[in-house]
Amino acid sequence: MTTNEPRWLRRGLIALALAFIAFFLLLPLVAVFVEALRQGFGAYLRALQEPDAWSALKLSLLVAAIAVPANLVFGIAAAWLIAKHDFRGKALLVTLIDLPFSVSPVVSGLVYVLLFGAQGLFGPWLIEHDVRILFALPGLVLATIFVTFPFVARELIPLMQEQGRDDELAALTLGASGFQTFLRVTLPNIRWGLLYGVLLCNARAMGEFGAVSVVSGHIRGLTNTLPLHVEILYNEYEFVAAFAVATLLALLALVTLALKALLEVRHGDALAARARH
Amino acid sequence: MPGFGLTLGYTLAWLSLIVLIPLTGVFVKSSALGWDGLWRVWTDARVLAALKLSFGTALAAGAFNTVFGTLVAWVLVRYRFPGRRLLDGLIDLPFALPTAVAGIALTALYAGNGWVGQWLLPLGIKVAYAPLGIVVALVFVGLPFVVRTVQPVLAEARRDIEEAGATLGATRLQIVHRLMLPALYPAMLTGFTLAFARGVGEYGSVIFIAGNLPRVTEIAPLLIVIKLEEFDYAGATAVAAAMLLLSFALLLAINLLQARLSHRAGGLR
Amino acid sequence: MQIRIDHVVRHFGRHAALAGIDLHIRSGELVALLGPSGSGKTTLLRAIAGLEPVDAGQIHFGERDATTLSVQERRVGFVFQQYALFRHMSVLRNVAFGLDCRPRRSRPTRADIDARALELLARVQLADLRDRLPDQLSGGQRQRVALARAMAIDPTVLLLDEPFGALDAKVRVELRRWLRDIHDATGYTTVFVTHDQEEALELADRVVVMNAGRIEQVGTPEEIYAQPASAFVFDFVGHSNRITGRVDGGRFVAADAATSWPLPTPQADGPAQLFVRPHDLMLDAQGQGLAGTVQHLWRRANRQVLTIAIDGQPEMLELDLPLHDASSVPAAGTRVQVAARHFRVFPVAA
Repeated sequence: MTTNEPRWLRRGLIALALAFIAFFLLLPLVAVFVEALRQGFGAYLRALQEPDAWSALKLSLLVAAIAVPANLVFGIAAAWLIAKHDFRGKALLVTLIDLPFSVSPVVSGLVYVLLFGAQGLFGPWLIEHDVRILFALPGLVLATIFVTFPFVARELIPLMQEQGRDDELAALTLGASGFQTFLRVTLPNIRWGLLYGVLLCNARAMGEFGAVSVVSGHIRGLTNTLPLHVEILYNEYEFVAAFAVATLLALLALVTLALKALLEVRHGDALAARARH
Repeated sequence: MPGFGLTLGYTLAWLSLIVLIPLTGVFVKSSALGWDGLWRVWTDARVLAALKLSFGTALAAGAFNTVFGTLVAWVLVRYRFPGRRLLDGLIDLPFALPTAVAGIALTALYAGNGWVGQWLLPLGIKVAYAPLGIVVALVFVGLPFVVRTVQPVLAEARRDIEEAGATLGATRLQIVHRLMLPALYPAMLTGFTLAFARGVGEYGSVIFIAGNLPRVTEIAPLLIVIKLEEFDYAGATAVAAAMLLLSFALLLAINLLQARLSHRAGGLR
Repeated sequence: MQIRIDHVVRHFGRHAALAGIDLHIRSGELVALLGPSGSGKTTLLRAIAGLEPVDAGQIHFGERDATTLSVQERRVGFVFQQYALFRHMSVLRNVAFGLDCRPRRSRPTRADIDARALELLARVQLADLRDRLPDQLSGGQRQRVALARAMAIDPTVLLLDEPFGALDAKVRVELRRWLRDIHDATGYTTVFVTHDQEEALELADRVVVMNAGRIEQVGTPEEIYAQPASAFVFDFVGHSNRITGRVDGGRFVAADAATSWPLPTPQADGPAQLFVRPHDLMLDAQGQGLAGTVQHLWRRANRQVLTIAIDGQPEMLELDLPLHDASSVPAAGTRVQVAARHFRVFPVAA
């Protein structure tokens, strides 16, 4: 093309962009693995076999196993509502659903402390009935649900809006019930977008730090998710152990990225077209 | 279409339960303090310093990301080179990587004896345990926002606009500067806004590298956590309210600016 | 400014978009590049502009060899198919753009630039839209702004790429006339690309018919229409009918072997095709023509159109007859004889 930048400039810009990404993105990622293996592979494996690390992993998986399906159901319901019906206040509803995105993770945890903490709204009632929300699993789950609330919805809403209502209307005219229509017509259409949303939701759910940090109480072996466990190890100067556990999360991130890229390449047309995030 | 009542009810109920009611708790608690109480917290030197630090570093990181993020988007969209696909996928790393992991990794890199830090220390540049470290962490966290908002706009750019400029005598620099960039400004601003908003509230990737000295390297979210641990719910809420209000005001201003820009710009389409 | 194109070649991979183009455009001429998609007409136009490099050959603007000049240096006024107006600039600034970009030394004052832009806008009758944004204009208005913008740099040549392609039929016709007026008033050497032969024949001083990267014929609209140099030109320009057969002893013998017509000029024997316009065919009451059956009749404006399936011919013939009275027109299914007035015979490539 005769109206392009001169080749030297192009090369220079590419080099600059690559250097920027390598320095700011790649380097930290590499550092996680290098630091984890600083004392050799043996020490790395031992750190991963610590019982506290295992509890943290199990807890993270458990929290995600509750939070992700919860937001999945919500995302489907909200997307069905918004994409297949007309009503006033739709824009407002979408904005409200997006709220958790614009709130700091710490504030996300704060709101539950204000509700369920010792001095919170329900604090006295909870103590009276010996129900633990904060510093226990329910608190962690709630905070995680809050933080990952919009993920599935944000993926499904534009996708289902793009896909329109014709397919569903056709099914209805042929006698299908609402539920049948959803199951047999809508679901197959949105399955890749759904998977995509679940993928992102899960990555965030397992990796969330700020919000769960506030509600967790940091009780070792009980209320520490993987990211919190990393923090504890690090603060105790157990650097190799901290990085070792961090590699698990980093691997999760890489797998998430790979699956994400795979979905975009294979089924890009079945995902929402507008820019996400 | 069936299911309206069911989904409406469920959506509103769930939304209220999980998001709206808890969030209103912040305002209820804040109003319990009253304006006097709020003002007293807000004007406390430590709080002011934390707010200034959070917003200042987020601004700096956002600006830095806007420049380099646009460059990266440009390179990804307009040029072909080996590894482009891989690079494109890597951009989303900060979205996928847990903030705590990023935090400890960055600290390992930029501490005085760290991979990068050891080269900078003799030059008198202190990154870890200084505001600069916070900026570096926020650059990591906010990078994808700018790239991902600018990329689609660039991808849609029409070649004939550039060709038209060339036939009219514009140099390559003039074409980029007068014809292409104006169409990108709205997207760049959006990207900046998203990165900035994220940076203000960022916690996990910052608290390891920051040093957390009150009034020096203590970010607002950390101050909230500290106050909670001291059972100063009121104080924590006040700081949170300040963050929410300031962010809201800034975002509103940027959105208005955005609307004006978009009205003038037309894009390259 | 005259333009001379010497044996220009351009390849895209193994496909030859331009397979050796020789063309001489006189100063002040309005030339049409006419052809189907893929004929190379747009590639040739862009090569003149410098937007497309050439693999071989030369392009001269007047005495100057422009082949190695950059797009900017060639100072061509290019009007794009989708207008390519700068959406974030007002109409006036769009038109002034070329002048605004001049290097400081040769740039006129802001006031002068604005005056010249306004003058051009007045010439295209859009002076009162000077402060509007392109999005607020209709398609026809945008195209006029694009032309004014191209003229603002006092171009060596005006190049238009399917300038009316994206417009409604009615607007297209209006703008055609208007373009001719502008050309006559300004005297710029102008080359435009079109696939619409009506447009080419109506507007141009000369028409260049292109096919598959080569020039089939260059001539005035009358020459192209009445004396097509090849089967392609005959078929592409205007309606045409085709009759398969062979040349034998100075006569064209149709495939049914029963009918033959004498050729006006001697031609070599061999397989050939006869091309004839619908209005040059008639029904032969004496029974000395191609035998066939009437398939279909309909009216087009004030003409009677018939399609006839001819015995032994793969293609149907379309006759375009003046409408006299309904009774003389045969009904569908009738057997008729078809004779031809003017026709051209072209050999079939082996």
